[in-house]
Amino acid sequence: MITIKNISKSCGKVEALRDVSLNINQNEIFGLIGPDGAGKTTLMRILVSLLLPDKGSASMGGVDVVKQYRQIRKIVGYMPGRFSLYHDLSVEENLNFFASVFGTTVEANYYLVKDIYQQLEPFKTRRAGKLSGGMKQKLALSCALIHKPEVLVLDEPTTGVDAVSRTEFWDMLGKLKQSGITIFVSTPYMDEASRCDRVALIQGGEIMTVDQPARIVEQYGKRIWNVKSAETYRLLNDLKAWESTTSVYPFGQYLHLSVDESTGKEDIIAYMQSQNHEPYVYEGFSIIEDVFMDLMGKQ
Amino acid sequence: MNSFLGFIKKEFYHIFRDPRTLMVILGIPISQMLLFGFVIRTEIQDVKVAVFDQSNDYMTTRIIDKLESSGYFSVEEYLENTNDVEAMFKKGNIKEVLVFEPGFAEKTLRDGTASVQLLADASDPNIARMVTTYTQNIIRSFEHEEFQQQTVPMQINVQNRMFYNEEAKSVYMFVPGLMAMIMMLVSAIMSSVSITREKELGTMEVLLVSPLRPLQIILGKVTPYLLVAFIDAVLIVLMGNLVFEMPINGSLTLLLSVCFLFIFLSLSLGILISTIAPTQLIAMFISMIGLMLPTMLLSGFIFPIENMPKVLQWFSAIMPARWFNDVVKDIMLKGSGFFSIIKEVAILTGMSVLFVVVSVKKFKIRLE
Repeated sequence: MITIKNISKSCGKVEALRDVSLNINQNEIFGLIGPDGAGKTTLMRILVSLLLPDKGSASMGGVDVVKQYRQIRKIVGYMPGRFSLYHDLSVEENLNFFASVFGTTVEANYYLVKDIYQQLEPFKTRRAGKLSGGMKQKLALSCALIHKPEVLVLDEPTTGVDAVSRTEFWDMLGKLKQSGITIFVSTPYMDEASRCDRVALIQGGEIMTVDQPARIVEQYGKRIWNVKSAETYRLLNDLKAWESTTSVYPFGQYLHLSVDESTGKEDIIAYMQSQNHEPYVYEGFSIIEDVFMDLMGKQ
Repeated sequence: MNSFLGFIKKEFYHIFRDPRTLMVILGIPISQMLLFGFVIRTEIQDVKVAVFDQSNDYMTTRIIDKLESSGYFSVEEYLENTNDVEAMFKKGNIKEVLVFEPGFAEKTLRDGTASVQLLADASDPNIARMVTTYTQNIIRSFEHEEFQQQTVPMQINVQNRMFYNEEAKSVYMFVPGLMAMIMMLVSAIMSSVSITREKELGTMEVLLVSPLRPLQIILGKVTPYLLVAFIDAVLIVLMGNLVFEMPINGSLTLLLSVCFLFIFLSLSLGILISTIAPTQLIAMFISMIGLMLPTMLLSGFIFPIENMPKVLQWFSAIMPARWFNDVVKDIMLKGSGFFSIIKEVAILTGMSVLFVVVSVKKFKIRLE
């Protein structure tokens, strides 16, 4: 459905994207996962024809994003990273406006936004600027959907939204997928990766890996240790200084530690004791964040 | 719903829900009009004068009476000599002193000529010039009446007559100028700010990723301002006519059509600014410095174009407001018809077409 071939793009002196290639299938939720500044927004803007790539090409549903940009703008529903609706218009007026922009009506495609919009309906006369973060995102999603797009491009839709609303938002994406829409979504939150059919990890303008989230973790193949002591910060620095450590970073109340293959649990305990920590070490499950940290370290 | 109508509806919501926008659109025309109409006047009224009358005969008395009854002057003091004149001017309330020579009536009848000296406080040269001109006119008209009655040999009779503006009323100057200024303000500034606001809020990003074409976006954004500015134009013409008695000698339809053309021109300038300016602040700045200031200074609104250095006269030729000013004065005062303003209309139309073409060309269909 979406084909991205060898795209490079510089913004000023910064190389935002370097030789990015991706293939996204019809009717899947594809996640683009990476930290801020990784190039997610740039890639999405190229796809929705807002930016021109320096090199490479991309198409959606066989339509070229550069040459046939008019066509692209008819079939894509785009939700920018920033809340981009009219603050001084009510929920209802925003939705009506965006329907009219695409030459359709709210009634014609109501079935598509029904589930989402029903939650907003009690507030339909409220100005969009006065909605909560989660409500804003639901409204923005409704507005992006109202013209029945074939592809949804969502740039960090859950950033700045509370945990409950985030879960609800992903539930909605799941439902939209069932109605046949291809969804390309970016997020800085690693824990949202599991909600996607496939994910691409992006860092510094380069795609590090593309696969199903579960497979990415499976193929990681390294053991992860949850470690803890009374002085978390000193422990983090001590472990960073240890030559056997391949990666260590805070995760919840623990540190996630991975070490080289010759090092076992006893070695970790011994090292921690030598640094005057009271050791607490047990084996954990690796998650996508571990993979990301590891790949980043290699890069 | 039609996407164009939807756009206009949305734009009207923006206008009516923002108190600041409403204030600019309705408050400014009315307050500016009243301010210019009542405060900034170039005609004189109740100017305080002093008289040193050395003849005190029937002629000088009648001249003084005539001055007082004109409404322009009030005689505050009768002097015994001219020693105190400077001190009086320094105090500042007396603006002019009339000094009649001794034996005024006698000399006039005998020699056919007598002198009166006008001393004016020229620390404000404009007022001094006006005051002396007014006084001279009153004395001349006295002269005229007097010698007609007496049928004395031919007198040279200099008579000024101000055509189209008999009393040299300043309202006639500022109504057209103010119309130009306010329409520029509402059209150019408001439209450029409202377009750049969409860029700043990120809504432009969403509009771009929609099937709307650049022309549709631009038309949708500016049509409401065209209507609003037109209402302002009607308001100013009405106020000029009702409050300040500015006549409309020509056709009202023609006048309003020209206003419409000028609004369209200002809007196209606003769009042009919005294609250059990335933020509302910069758009505002460019409109203020680049549009309002030259419009005020170079359009002949405040300073007469004929008195400008040649280079500035050329500059004034590229000010749309200058041509608009001319047309409005022609229609309102001279009652000119379409054929006598065809040159100005052609210039204004040409400018509009140029600006629209350039802005549609410059309108970015992408973010960069």
